[in-house]
Amino acid sequence: MNSKEIWVFIEISDTGVEPVSWELLGKARELANKVNFLVTSIIISNKESKIAEEAIARGSDKVLYIIHNECSHYSFELFTKIITDLNEKFKPEILLMPATHNSRDLAGRLAIRLHTGLTADVVQLDINNQGILLGAVPGFGGSILAIIKCEQSIPQMATVRPGIFQSILPDQNRKGTIEYIFPQIKENLKETILIKKITLNKEDISKSPRLVIAGRGISSNLNEIRLLAELINGGVGVTRPISDMGLFGREHQIGSTGISVKSKLAIIFGASGATHFSSGIKNVETVISINLDHKALINEVSDYFIIADASEILPRIIDKLKLKMELIK
Amino acid sequence: MKGINIVVCVKIVPKPEEVKLNLETNTLDRANASSIINPPDKNAIETAIQLKQIYGGQITVISMGPPFFDGFMKLIISMGVDKAILLSDRAFAGADTYPTTKTLSQAIKKLGNVDLVICGEESADGGTGNVPPGIAEWLNYSQATYCHEIDYDASEQRFIVKRSISDGFEIISIPKPAVVSVELNINTPRFPDFSLKKELDNNKHKIPIWSATDLDLEPNEIGLSGSFTTVDSLIQAKGLERKQIQIIGNIDDIVDQLVDLIINK
Ligand SMILES: Cc1cc2nc3c(=O)[nH]c(=O)nc-3n(C[C@H](O)[C@H](O)[C@H](O)COP(=O)(O)OP(=O)(O)OC[C@H]3O[C@@H](n4cnc5c(N)ncnc54)[C@H](O)[C@@H]3O)c2cc1C
Repeated sequence: MNSKEIWVFIEISDTGVEPVSWELLGKARELANKVNFLVTSIIISNKESKIAEEAIARGSDKVLYIIHNECSHYSFELFTKIITDLNEKFKPEILLMPATHNSRDLAGRLAIRLHTGLTADVVQLDINNQGILLGAVPGFGGSILAIIKCEQSIPQMATVRPGIFQSILPDQNRKGTIEYIFPQIKENLKETILIKKITLNKEDISKSPRLVIAGRGISSNLNEIRLLAELINGGVGVTRPISDMGLFGREHQIGSTGISVKSKLAIIFGASGATHFSSGIKNVETVISINLDHKALINEVSDYFIIADASEILPRIIDKLKLKMELIK
Repeated sequence: MKGINIVVCVKIVPKPEEVKLNLETNTLDRANASSIINPPDKNAIETAIQLKQIYGGQITVISMGPPFFDGFMKLIISMGVDKAILLSDRAFAGADTYPTTKTLSQAIKKLGNVDLVICGEESADGGTGNVPPGIAEWLNYSQATYCHEIDYDASEQRFIVKRSISDGFEIISIPKPAVVSVELNINTPRFPDFSLKKELDNNKHKIPIWSATDLDLEPNEIGLSGSFTTVDSLIQAKGLERKQIQIIGNIDDIVDQLVDLIINK
């Protein structure tokens, strides 16, 4: 039988498979089961690897594994060409890609070349009986969701935000097929030259049950922010200006261009509560904020808010916490 | 031409905090929202000006939007760009990225001999980040998104950029002509020269307006009819309900209450 297919682009970086790829695969499996489609993983690399088997264990029916010696690293020229050729041959109904920098770089170009619709930065996904994908996309920094569909063209493309969907635990007994493809690509297609790559070790705060979050209003007291986080066994989150200033890595940034968090507790110092930020703390169980301004938007998205100078409150919280902990010991 | 011929794509957007969803009509209420230059686009303009200061050349800003955005275009000229053009036509309305990138790329073609197109990383309202690579595809230019630093190698006719990616950074070299997008806050956009702005306002400086016809675009290539995606519905993004309780008292009371909250959560 010639079944319709949902494709998932598995993004590989120097540190391995981007976890969001597996999250996408989990969601694709669920959607495919609903409408009886097949799930195919697209892997592009310069060499064979166990990633193919893992893709099957995590929900793929099929893997298209493309090997080309110049594909150890992403380049828009080769990746666009390879997926365009695959699409030509297999005509999938749906193509899901991670909403990471590289996959967005690719998806934006690919959608034009394939003359199709692209729903970008999806936070919810569903499929109807006709096999039409319904993607919820945040607008205006995340305050409003638009449900977007693409009915006129295939593949229906969507990029999906990291941290939204659940990946499936690998099941080694799952069955699937792996097809290796060695594309012939004309020389000189790739003109991008990689000069240097700087890989950073990244801390993952997305699973931290407690977060201390710093905004620009507390940017001169970041050591105390770190200290408080350590004391309560939590992670540090920051608003975008703090990561833009290079004071914390991008992986600590919360919001529409950072990560979304689901911690039990978040204590936020000196952040104004712009929607681009607040969309990232929507699912935190308890939000406490400290801001000088009684009109700050952050007050409205907090369970408990305090109008005060955060740099005065912060050291006192630390002292008091230390004291209490001593007592408990 | 000597130097770099640069085009910057700019969007005028409503302030995200001021746009509300009208739950009765299920439409967006932007009437009360003030408009601003999309924040990362200011960084794109600043990047262009800095490149021009080093290598010479010229900078043209293009923006899709209604004719009454001409005040913003004058503001942008006052920041130090040479020319600003509005792409304006009722038929452009309702465009998704496909016709948007088509329209912008037609304008860039019409300008001719462009070396570098600079965009902001994404727009504060729609926020797809897909426009820069889309333009690059229509024009068959090279591309680099999410850049922090951009330099020009005149002898090789290439741009050297540092861009951020999931696991760190990369420095790549791409041939001209190219489209790049720059990240928010990579530089400090300069203030407009307000005396120049005043002059432009006073001498009734006209911002050129290009319509679909000027750009050789057919009705089915633009706006809603040129789009592949449609909006099925709009919903308010829901989070958890917030109690919004203000903790008051003297500083010792506040700290006590806070510490109790923290310990119990
Ligand atoms: C396309 C786009 C994407 C974006 N993505 C993100 C994102 O992912 N994450 C993000 O965070 N932002 C993002 N932003 C930026 C966002 O719009 C805001 O500019 C940003 O969140 C503001 O950060 P802030 O609250 O730390 O700083 P500010 O807005 O400067 O606020 C500082 C706050 O601190 C308070 N304050 C100052 N001093 C004190 C003190 N001593 N004690 C207590 N309070 C004090 C002030 O009252 C103020 O409310 C994005 C913007 C755009 C355009």
